[in-house]
Formats: sequence, structure tokens, C-alpha cells
Amino acid sequence: MTADTSVRTSPLAAWTDRLAALAPALDVAERPFLTQLTVRARDAVAVARMGEALGVAFPADPCTSTRGGGPFGDVEVLWMGPDEFLVVAGPDRRALVEDALRAAVRPARGAVVDTSAQRTTLALSGPHARDVLAHGCAIDLHPSAAPTGTCVQTLLARAGVVLRVDDAECDAFTLLVRSSFAEYLAAWLCDASVEYRAALS
Amino acid sequence: MQLIPCPWCGPREEAEFHYGGQAHVAYPEDPGALTDQEWARFVFFRDNPCGPFAERWSHSAGCRRWFNAVRDTRTYELLSVYRVGEPRPDASERDEVVS
Amino acid sequence: MSAAFRLPTGGHVDRGTELRFTFNGRSMTGYRGDTLASALLANGEHRIGTSVKFGRPRGIVAAGSEDPTSLVQIEQPFPEPMLTATTVELYDGLVAHGLPGRGRLADEPDPARYDAKHAHCDVLVVGTGPAGLMAALTAARGGARVVVVDEQSRAGGALLGTREYLDERPWTEWVDDTVAELRGTPGVLLLERTTAFGVYQDGFVLALQRRTDHLGFDAPAHAARQRVWRIRAAQTVLATGAHERPVVFADNDRPGIMLAGSARTYLHRYGVLPGTRAVVFATDDSAYAAALDLANAGMEVAAVVDARPTAPRLLRARCCAHGIDVRAGHVVTGTEGGDRVSAVHVAPAAGSDGSADAIGTAGAADTIDCDTLLVGGGWNPVVHLFSQAGGTLRYDSRLGAHVPGQAPATVRVAGSATGAHDLSACLRQGWEAGCEAALATGSRPDEVALPASEPRAGEQPGLVLWRVPGEAPRDAPDTRFVDLQRDATVSDVLRATGAGLSSLEHVKRYTTIGTAHDQGKTSGTITAGIVAEALGVELSDQRPTTFRPPYTPVPFAALAGRDRGELHDPARVTAVHAWHVARGALFEDVGQWKRPWYFPLPGEDMDTAVLRECRAAREGVALMDGSTLGKIDVQGRDAGRFLDMLYTNKMSGLRVGRIRYGLMCGVDGMVIDDGTVIRLAEDRFLVTTTTGNAAMVLDWMEEWLQTEWPHLDVYAASVTEHWATFPLVGPRSRDVLAALAPGLDVGNDAFEFMAWRDTVLDVGPGVTARVCRISFSGELAYEINVTAWHGPAVWEALMAAGEAYGITPYGTETMHVLRAEKGYPIIGQETDATVTPQDLGMAWAVSKKKADFLGKRSFDRAENNRPDRKQLVGLLPLDRDVRLPEGAQVVDTDDLPEPPVRMLGHVTSSYRSAALDRTFALAVVRSGRERVGEILHVPVGDGLVPVTVTESVLYDKEGARRDG
Repeated sequence: MTADTSVRTSPLAAWTDRLAALAPALDVAERPFLTQLTVRARDAVAVARMGEALGVAFPADPCTSTRGGGPFGDVEVLWMGPDEFLVVAGPDRRALVEDALRAAVRPARGAVVDTSAQRTTLALSGPHARDVLAHGCAIDLHPSAAPTGTCVQTLLARAGVVLRVDDAECDAFTLLVRSSFAEYLAAWLCDASVEYRAALS
Repeated sequence: MQLIPCPWCGPREEAEFHYGGQAHVAYPEDPGALTDQEWARFVFFRDNPCGPFAERWSHSAGCRRWFNAVRDTRTYELLSVYRVGEPRPDASERDEVVS
Repeated sequence: MSAAFRLPTGGHVDRGTELRFTFNGRSMTGYRGDTLASALLANGEHRIGTSVKFGRPRGIVAAGSEDPTSLVQIEQPFPEPMLTATTVELYDGLVAHGLPGRGRLADEPDPARYDAKHAHCDVLVVGTGPAGLMAALTAARGGARVVVVDEQSRAGGALLGTREYLDERPWTEWVDDTVAELRGTPGVLLLERTTAFGVYQDGFVLALQRRTDHLGFDAPAHAARQRVWRIRAAQTVLATGAHERPVVFADNDRPGIMLAGSARTYLHRYGVLPGTRAVVFATDDSAYAAALDLANAGMEVAAVVDARPTAPRLLRARCCAHGIDVRAGHVVTGTEGGDRVSAVHVAPAAGSDGSADAIGTAGAADTIDCDTLLVGGGWNPVVHLFSQAGGTLRYDSRLGAHVPGQAPATVRVAGSATGAHDLSACLRQGWEAGCEAALATGSRPDEVALPASEPRAGEQPGLVLWRVPGEAPRDAPDTRFVDLQRDATVSDVLRATGAGLSSLEHVKRYTTIGTAHDQGKTSGTITAGIVAEALGVELSDQRPTTFRPPYTPVPFAALAGRDRGELHDPARVTAVHAWHVARGALFEDVGQWKRPWYFPLPGEDMDTAVLRECRAAREGVALMDGSTLGKIDVQGRDAGRFLDMLYTNKMSGLRVGRIRYGLMCGVDGMVIDDGTVIRLAEDRFLVTTTTGNAAMVLDWMEEWLQTEWPHLDVYAASVTEHWATFPLVGPRSRDVLAALAPGLDVGNDAFEFMAWRDTVLDVGPGVTARVCRISFSGELAYEINVTAWHGPAVWEALMAAGEAYGITPYGTETMHVLRAEKGYPIIGQETDATVTPQDLGMAWAVSKKKADFLGKRSFDRAENNRPDRKQLVGLLPLDRDVRLPEGAQVVDTDDLPEPPVRMLGHVTSSYRSAALDRTFALAVVRSGRERVGEILHVPVGDGLVPVTVTESVLYDKEGARRDG
């Protein structure tokens, strides 16, 4: 399934070592080549059908996300707007998931678009993950304000991001960033971690 | 940094929003039927009240939804926000345009 | 050797850590915990520098950020101007000197790091004096998330200048216990050395934390020196304290003249005596405390001069016990001295009913020798942040100060910031404010015991006295200084009122009072008082000047934070960026994108490189990275109908598999963007936008879909970065594509112009491409789209496949030349929001059949049909080697008259063309199309360049090259 890695390059491939060096202050790594599909639908029945197809109910509330497993493996569904979701699945599952979603949304109005390479994904955790984010993100990420599953679109420093709280108590986050902004964001994360790395070394 | 309450995402910093001018200015049903003057009024003329003003905003760095807001142009205070398609909330006593 | 004025014991300095420093060339020592000011005073140095206008010696007036005079320039470890000695914490190796009002910026980059951080809380408490600590403790015990900030390095606030007892222990024990508890409470963030400098909307407070300034040379390089905290607080408690107010009299500016309370701070906080022999000029009881404390500490106090008709009985008795002469009903009328005050003139005050108006001087002045004059003119609550937050102010004639009036719903004030003076009242107010703030955020504050304090012996009310009456000397400059930093005097204020100014805002600007680094913290109220006296109005009727952020100066470096260098503005890059860098490309900024501008070979200049790249595209094959083009997926049953409204031409009639060029206009009929529209399926299109307008066009689509046409079944999604896009251009492009896409019939009939095909590329497993046969150069060309993940591999494969044909990578400059030769406009370069499709000569792209589309109605407006509209044309300089500057004006005269000159238009694009073997330009010119063939002129420098007007298409007018 990953036979074509030799001809695939993720936006932060060149940053692997630099990001890894931020540990243990900040555990951060790109999760490359995830399947990402932008789904638009406002019909509740169609949304429910899509959830059944993937084995994970779509988030009902703004700024939340859901996670579950089904025929396509682990799938996350992120709320992006009142009729917009981002479905995130493992690498190389695009065709099957897209077909399943397209079949489920019909006959209601809606759209499914492959946006897998539009954004790349960073997993972020560690004792200072929340501190580092607080240097550039105006959203309150305290567990009481942003519990596990919270998923917001906002600005991190000067880049638009989707920020998901994977585990509020353990300070684990996922960042999705437009591919063209990925290197900027990586550079920003390295810079924002400087003090915390020094404090731990 | 003012907070603007997105009707979907809740209060966010104003840097996440784009301004969209006066609300409730509908695109004419049949532009071809309008005189030059009527058309120019639609294209070029907008209110500029001192006081509450119904405006359009887009949560451009967030959920990308357009919504309407009544904002007091004297204080920047957002008196109410409402989703597209919802009627403008009833004018309260503070909602009088000061001339 | 210990400094002469440092007491052997006392103060909150670390006597075990001696610090060496140099000031005005003199080497001295101080202790960790000193400020530069306290260390100077300990060494008997009062003179800091000279004043900005009159060059008069100036010293240290206060002990905190309100100080108007002690401006210094730091030289070591790094040059920094315009700091006050009272706010610079001492460190080893500090080198500084006094400033006459102006400093010097470093001429090298500041190596220090500055950053910013967001903090959120239920309750923000500003100030860690008794009121602030009580508020913070109360809120924290109730479970609220609390942020506490204080300007000083040590908590205690006004207690630092006292020897108060709380719960029958020295105050330090209660304060230290409270701080320890706060630090140990989860959800509490306590920030010392942090000045809240601005209060904005919705509980937003900015604070500057000085994190390593006090470490001097030892500051770690990795740690941010200063941090701007961006605090969002549901509730704010302002416990900002009070500033002591001076009294204005002649020669009130000499070094050695200080505020009485500040002298107590130097004594109790730093163990420093301000001199050897003091006179205290009092208008209230609090100044007596300075006299008594200093006398207790061993300083000679010659006299307390009390402007009030009678002295407070108990305090007078205590002074007498120390041998201090108390002269009630007297005022200081002047001073003597040079670099230091040496004597004061004291005279009886005329009038005795205690009102300010009635105070005058009567009888002969008496001279008292001294080297220190302490002045206590009452206290101004620090209401700056309260006012910024939207709180109203009320003039309290008893205090002679503005106090908080109506507070905004989420703001509370506690302690001496309210005008309270009694310690127990301050503690109680802090507790109340903490309770209320915590309750308002849903926390449930527990009972917190108020520490017991000694009742204050407030025997007698203070006297509000702005200035000691008297006339300015006739033959000498006025020396009754109101704003010591601006050298502004009573005469200056009276000149302003005499000139008819009555608003304090106007007086401020006329006199510059309150515009220096201290923003009039000690002079503002006095100015208001003098103005009110001069105008004969009540001060309560005068509106005080606006308290604007920042409360104290904030370095620009701190405001910039990490937003500098590569982090200043994101550089957006394509998937192939690293290849371009490795190939030595120079880059052009297009919006935030970095686009290859041209790829010079070794030794090539720009012109040579671009000519070479152009030739390759016209004669062989060339490859460009066009990934930055905006791409939007438009899906839904009504997608065709929707695009028909957005574009000037008809898109719903486009067949699946085909591509159409489209123009987009605003409702005013002006072109806002252009691009291609690809029909992927009956209900699905892919549209491209110009690089700079990708976000705008998507917003534009969403705006119409969400607000006007929600009934349409259409959804738009950005896929700009999902796709890497490579225009493959030139007569040999077909060969290169054929080599890479063996399954694709690239024949001209099978794959016609303005069609697209999906195909497998022979690059690796699973690599598919969408190939569009479009051309922005007039040459045979293909646009190859692959997912961005495959971008680098496909780019390299194209370069390899094209090697045999001399494939040449090219950048935006060559793209511009190629399209300009064909007269293709670039939206945003040829257009500027005043240009219609008709102006561009693109009426062919405007549908006559569609009932409506955005902009259509405006095309009928008279203004848009004037024959003299500016139209796109080509310009050929008669001299084939002259390249016109872009932006140059076009005129129809060969001899420039005196201005004004009628401008016909301007040059929008200008290049040297390999294909035409000459320079050429595009321009928008009035009635341009009618002028084809005319000679016009373009002013360049001092001369006029004659040009021939041509049609905008200059190369391959027949379009013969399109099919290869």
C-alpha cells in the first residue's frame, strides 16, 4: 500500500529531524499522507448515513470532532462549519472512503472533495505542548475550556490551522495546516520551543 | 483585540474575521429593470449611521460562515449577532440611530 | 567599601551579593535587589543629568515608574535609551549615564529575544499590594483561574515603603506566605516584574514582563528577555495603588528634592538614606511618616513645613520628641543649590482657613539649610487602567484627585487606587473585589480572614495645594516646574490659558505637559488644578486628559516579539520549492508566496536569463512551477448556473472534458479576477484563480452562496495546495509529455486545445495526472496537475524527460514576458479595479446571451461607455533598446509644458522581448484603441520617450503557434 513512497514527498519531509529534536519539551511529528476529504452536507439523514458508513458519528456540535473505527480503519471527523466536515483516515484510503461518502450523501445535496494533500498534519504533545501553542494561539486550551475532542479553526501565529485536542489531560494536540504554510509553522514551532528545550536540557 | 461572537464558533478575536459591509442589501431581482440611478444606488451607496448598524461579517479564519451583526459604530460594541436568513433582532431602546 | 548612604541593616536587598556598576563615569557598588536609582542614592549620587530645554541639573524624584526625571541611557551590556533609573534593576557590570531628555538607539541589532504569550483567566489582578494580594487570594481559594501581575520584583506594593505589621507580624511574612500560597495553587499564574500597560475591549489586557533584564550580562540567550502577555480576563481587579503628588514652588526641580513617600521606599525597601539633613514639606499627615522614619533611621530632619494652619497634634508631638521643628501654616517658597539642593526658603502661609485658594505667603522667608527636601502633596489614585477599561472618573475635592467612578461590569478597583488610605480599608476592598470577581465567574470564594493591621493615625485631613502662590520673577525664567521632564512651568500653563485654551487636552498639547516618558503621572493633576484656578472653574467640571495605553513605555522590540525575520510573515512555498532553491532560483514575492522569478545560470544577469528562458519556451520546451495558482472545486447540481453568474461568459454550456477561460467582475463591472474553468462532470467544475486572489475568490463565492443564493445546490472547496501545477510550454512540450504519459494520445486532434485528460504518468506506481491543454504564452503548452505529494517526483521526471530537448525551468518574469507578447493581461497588473473587460479588449469574453451575471448591469452605465476610457494597448518605443519603467505616465505632447499635464494613461508592463528582438510595453491609454499607430510620449527622467501605440497582441497574431 505504501509502494509509491519513493515518489511521494510530504510537505515536512525535510523537517523530520528538526522536529524530532524538540523532544522531550515538545513531541512533534508530521503524520504524512493521511487521507483527507472535505465533506459538505446539511441534511441530517445524509450526515447520519455517512457516519454509519465510516463507523463514526459525525460531530453534532460546532468546534468538536469525533473519532472511531470502522471498515476504513480509524477515522476522525472534524467539524469545519455547520455543513462542512473534514474526514481524516489513514494513508491510501482515499478512493474507498470517497466512494463510501459519495454513496451515503446521495440523494441529498452535498459534496465530497479529496483534499488529502491540501493540508498536512502534525501531532503535538509533551509537557510544554500547551505552553508552546499559547505563544501563538489566542484560544483558551485549558482542559476546562477545551476538553478532549475540541476542534477549532483559528490562527496559530500567522498561519491558519485546524487545532484538535486529542487528549486534554495529557496535552496532546493535532494541528492541520495548509501545505504551503507547513514550513513556516514548523519553523515557528521550533522557535517557540527554544526556551522549553533549554529549560529541560 | 475585540472579541466577535461567531454564531457558530463563539467569541473569537477580531483578527479571525472579515468585514462585509452593510447587511440586508439584497441583490436586485432583475438588475436589467433598474434605472442607472437605482442600480448605482445598489452598487455604490451604503448607510453610515452613528449608532447601531446591521453589518455582515465572515468568520474567515474559522468556520468561514457569513453572519450578520448589529454593531454600535460609536462604541464598537456588538449588540447582537444572527445567522444569515434569521431576521434582524427587534430594535431595542439602545437600537435607535443617533442622527 | 559600603556606600555612604546605605544603612548597615534593613531593606529588602541581598547584602551578600555586591554588584559593581558605572554611572556617569563613576564606578560604584550596590546590591542585588537595588534599582539603579537606589544604588545611586546609596552612593550619594543625586544628580542624574540635565533637563531637556534649560539644561538644569535633575535628580531622582520618585521610586517607581512615575518618576519624571531620572532618565538614563544604558551602554552596557547593550545600548538602550530612555529608561528611568527608578525602574532599572541593578546588575553587575551595568554601565549607564544620565540623559538630557533624549537617548541614542543602538546601531547594531539587538541580540535579545522577545516574545509573546496568551493567558486566559477568570480573574486578573493587577497589583500585589495588600489589596491586590487579598483579591488574588480570595479568588484563588474560591477555585478561580487567576492571573496576578505586578510591576515590581517583589510583592508588597505600598507596604514596601513601610514597616507595617499584619497579624502582629512584619508585613513581609504575610505577603510572603500569601505569595507562596498563590504560587502553590493550581490555576494561578503570578507574574512579577510585569506591568499591565493597556486595557482593551472584552477583558483584554496587555502586560509587559521583564524576564531577564535584571540579570544583565548573565541573561541566558535562549530566554526571552521581555514578554508581552496577552491576557484575556473574564473579570479584572485593579489594585494599582496611588502616586504621590508634588507641590509646585520656585526651583522645585533641584536634585535632592523628592517625594516624601518615595524617600520612605528608599529607606525601607533599600536601606538607603536620601541625604544627611532633610526638610519635609507636608500638606497631609502621610509626609510626617517620612520625617519620623528618617529620623528614626538616624537622619537629621531639620523641619516639617506643614501648609495646613495647624499641625496634627499627635504627629507634631512625635516630631518634637525627635527634635524636629514643625512649622504649621508655612510653605516652601523656593530653594537654593546647584547640583544638589542646599537650602529651602520657608515662609508663613497667608490665610488660615485651610482652603487652597486662601493660601498665599506673608512675611519674610526663612532659610533652612538642608541637602534633602521631601515633598508630600497628597496622593493620586492610579486610575490609568481603570479609565482605559471604560470606567468613568470623578473628581474628589477632598483628595484633590480623580477617583474611579462608574466601573464597567467586569472591572473592580480596590485599595488606594480607590482613594482609600487606610491599610485595613485596602485589605477589605481587596477581599470584596476578589469575592465579587470570583462569584461573577462562577467560583465560590471561601471566607478569607482579613489580616489585622494597626489603625492609621489619620488625625487631620490633607490640604489640596497645587502650587505655592507667588509671581514669576520678571527678569529671569520661571523655575516653578510643573512637568520636570518637559521643562514646563506654571508660566507655560498660564500662557496657554491666557491664549484662550480651556480644555486640558489643548493645554497638554500647547505646553507638552504630560507627553514625556512618564505621561504626566506626577504633573497631570497639578496642571488641571492650575488651569482650573486660572480659569476660575471647578476642577470637577474639567475633563481630565485621556489615559491612553501604554501605561509605561514598551519597547518596540517587545511589541514585535517573534514576528521578525523569517517569522515576520509566512513564506508560502510549493512542493517543489527545495528544487528551485537548489537550482539557484531568485524568488519573487506574490502575496505570501515565494515564486521562482528566474533561474540564472552562473554569470547570467536577469535580462540574459529571462531572454534565454523566453527563447526556450518559444523555440524548445520550458517548465514552470505554477502550483501557486488558486484552485477551487465547485460541485453541485447548480454549479453551472452559479458559475454563469460569477463569470462574464457562459460556463454552463461547457462540455465535460473541456476548458474555458473566464473573467470575473464585481457588481460594478470591474474585472476582479480571471482564470480557467474545467468541467470535470455534469455537476462538477475546477476553477483556477490568479495566485494573489485565491482566497478572495473563494470568499467571493461563499459570500454569494451563503448570503444571496443559499437555495443553490453548490459547494466550493479550495484545493490550491492539493495540486501541484506545472505548465510545460513550447513546441517540444508534446514530445516531453508523450515520453512521460505513454498511455495518453497527445495528437492535436485527440487532445485538442482547451481540453483536459486524466492520465497515468510513467513516474511511479499510482502517479496520475490531470493534463490541461491551455496556454498562457501562445505556444503549444500543457498544464500538468498532480497531487502535491507527487510534485517533486513528477517535476524531476519532466526535467529528465525534457533533457534531450533542452528543457529549461523558467520563472514568473519569463511568464510575464511571454504572456505580454501575446497581450494577455495580468489581473492586478494591467487592472486596478477601474478596468472593465471591454477596456481590456476582451468583450469577446462577455456573454451577450445571459440574462444576468455579476457586473452585467454596470456595463450599460454611461461612465463605462465613454469613448475616452483607458484601454489596453501595446507601446513600442521608437528606440528598440529603451525599456519604459512600469508605472510611467503617457502623454500626447513631445514638449512637456508646466504642470498640470494631461495624462493619457500609464505603462502597466514593460519588458525586453527575445521573440520581437526589442523592448515593448503594455499600457492603459485614453481612447487607446483609436490611437493605434499614433506616436505618444512617456516622460522618463528629464526626457520624453517617443512610443508607437499598437494593438496589445504583438506576437503570433494569427495564433499559429498554439498547436505546435
